[in-house]
Amino acid sequence: MSTVVAELPQAPSESRPNYLTANYGLKSWLLTTDHKRIALLYLVSITFMFAVGGIAAVMMRIQLIQPQGAIVEPETYNKLFSIHGIVMVFFFLVPSIPATLGNFLIPMMIGARDVAFPKLNLLSWYLYITGSLVLLWAILSGGVDTGWTFYPPYSSTYSHTHVVAAGMAIFIAGFSSILTGLNFIVTIHKMRAPGMTWFRMPLFLWSMYATSIIFILGTPVVAITLFLMVLERLFHVGIFDPAVGGDPLLFQHLFWFYSHPAVYIMILPGMGVVSELITAFSKKRVFGYTAIAYSSMAIALLSFLVWGHHMFVTGQSVYTSLIFSVLSFAVAIPSAIKVFNWTATLYKGSISYEAPMLYALGFIGLFTMGGLTGLFLASLSTDVHLNGTYFIVAHFHYIMVGGAVMAFMGGIHYWWPKMTGRLYPDLWARLAAMIIFIGFNLTFFPQFVMGYLGMPRRYAVYPPEFQTLNVMSSAGASILGVGYVIPLIYLIWSFFYGPAAGPNPFGATGLEWKTPSPPPTENFEEIPVVTEEAYNYPGKKAVVGV
Amino acid sequence: MAHPAPGHHAHRPELSHQFETVEQQREAGTLGMWLFLATEILFFGGMFTSYLIYRSLHPQAFVIGSHLLEVKFGATNTAVLICSSLTMAMAIYSAQTGKSKARIITFLVITMLFGLAFLGIKFYFEWYHDYLNLIVPGVAWKYQAGWGTHGPVVQMFMVFYFVMTGVHALHMIVGLGILTVLIVMTARGRFGPTYSAPLDISGLYWHFVDIIWIFLFPLLYLIGGRYTTGGH
Repeated sequence: MSTVVAELPQAPSESRPNYLTANYGLKSWLLTTDHKRIALLYLVSITFMFAVGGIAAVMMRIQLIQPQGAIVEPETYNKLFSIHGIVMVFFFLVPSIPATLGNFLIPMMIGARDVAFPKLNLLSWYLYITGSLVLLWAILSGGVDTGWTFYPPYSSTYSHTHVVAAGMAIFIAGFSSILTGLNFIVTIHKMRAPGMTWFRMPLFLWSMYATSIIFILGTPVVAITLFLMVLERLFHVGIFDPAVGGDPLLFQHLFWFYSHPAVYIMILPGMGVVSELITAFSKKRVFGYTAIAYSSMAIALLSFLVWGHHMFVTGQSVYTSLIFSVLSFAVAIPSAIKVFNWTATLYKGSISYEAPMLYALGFIGLFTMGGLTGLFLASLSTDVHLNGTYFIVAHFHYIMVGGAVMAFMGGIHYWWPKMTGRLYPDLWARLAAMIIFIGFNLTFFPQFVMGYLGMPRRYAVYPPEFQTLNVMSSAGASILGVGYVIPLIYLIWSFFYGPAAGPNPFGATGLEWKTPSPPPTENFEEIPVVTEEAYNYPGKKAVVGV
Repeated sequence: MAHPAPGHHAHRPELSHQFETVEQQREAGTLGMWLFLATEILFFGGMFTSYLIYRSLHPQAFVIGSHLLEVKFGATNTAVLICSSLTMAMAIYSAQTGKSKARIITFLVITMLFGLAFLGIKFYFEWYHDYLNLIVPGVAWKYQAGWGTHGPVVQMFMVFYFVMTGVHALHMIVGLGILTVLIVMTARGRFGPTYSAPLDISGLYWHFVDIIWIFLFPLLYLIGGRYTTGGH
């Protein structure tokens, strides 16, 4: 076989092997150090975990159709919302955009052959898989019922479920995040192609850089916190137990020191994706490049200074709460800077409404609603009324699903032709985007109302007057579910049978569109020399001196 | 400037394919290690913060707990680790200045022996005797009469002691593994004046683990004015 190949004339450059066809077999995937293949490994794994978390959500929404609970006992319901939260936060949202699109795109966008530490990158994926398997074991052998927040003393003393396994699963997956963040920071610092200055970088890279800082500074704290909680549970000794002079609130402080920044781990990459989508489908230079870039860094910084707003009603000192409240309001400034700049980018752009753009526009609206309702919760007095209700649930789902998941879907649709070399049916994609937008709002908008009216979160039963709103929410969830299944079907179809995409189907700028689709293993024939900014779209140039 | 095509730049065996130059590779590795150490500071930081909060809440109980520890072993181990940092630095210096393989390996082996001595003292003279004395929380524990109402918090102090020194000892064990790899690489002649990045970067890790101990030793062993009058 090899001799036959050797005698053939040299193949034309179009048919050179790409990263998907460079070699075959399970081993070539499980031992790969190619950032693009690792991105696909992550894509498959996080999609699976999304399905696990989604099934738990479906069962919760079915349960809540009837005030007395439709299908499960309250104990089971506690496990369902715990599993939903743990899986979706730690095993889907946190790795979603960074580990898939970030892994795939960072080296391509800066003109490098790979990330700085390819083996570490593969190790990150194995840590993620190990954590996922431990968690799946915990779920299948009885579940966990502490909620995703693991507050002691319930988690450390009273819960009779698999708290230790779930905690260790997050501990292990946390190191996957740390190593990914470390890899990205070093890659962005040290691997940029000649001429790729910091302010020529696509804004997606700025957001990934900011996200990575949170990864490496926040994740170790939640890791040690969960480790201490597990020790307390296993050995009946510990530092959060009031019986030995400990303080359960310390756990909450340490937990939110990571878990509030983790919210920005989820949304910052989405903001980066949307910056790319808005410019690509407006065919126009992004408005306020430096403002968007710096606002990502500002969000990363502020994210570490606002954790106390999760603890306004815990007995935390009122002066502490005042400061945390002010700082939480401050986060609105860089967030608004982004929204205004995206909107200004649309102004006089040549806008086209392909599927990724629909997700991006949906993101802007839903993120704005999620952000503004966050201000209700950052105010001390309204928080007393709204804390622990469905208002909170609606608020953070507008950020995490309306924001992060919409951006993830948009990003996957935008870069899918680059990742696979194939197109997907655009009509179906637009339809799915619309279904997701409608289903999402029908699911979560009623939750704002029922929360304001006083329905508490995490309850398996509720007073009958909330039934109409709950049925609306459950109906919306079923529409949302359909919206997520449709892309799963056509994207899998596209991977095998879709028409060839060509290197740049959307006519976008950026280094990643200058290589073939799918890219060769080394990304570029030779390392490019960058001479222009990321968003050099033709069209009206700025008029100077008139 | 000319950039060699993929596959044509493998003239130096230590250069990984994703890098253009050995210098770029060294800088990336060094930055990666500094970032890793930043995560380590935050990892230990959670414990240090908790320690400081509880010590300020329960100063007397922490002093009683601290007095359960043997300063002579903690001090010996501090000296052992500082010496190991010196020999580690000398191993790196020897490589950078082109000294013989045997010399580099000698310094690395001495560093390992110091590390093993530290763990030996920690595990046998300290933890094992703590176990015999029933002051290991959750494993072998007995409240002593003299502690009075401070008993539970004394136990909490010992939890801090075992968790913090335990995590530190784990880092020492990882460090010994790294040293073993470095010795093998040195024996194969990988290091010299033009290339010593793995040695430099591992040195950062080793020194960092030492520095953690430099903080642990006074916080755990030396509180409460044991050798002065009226310290508490």
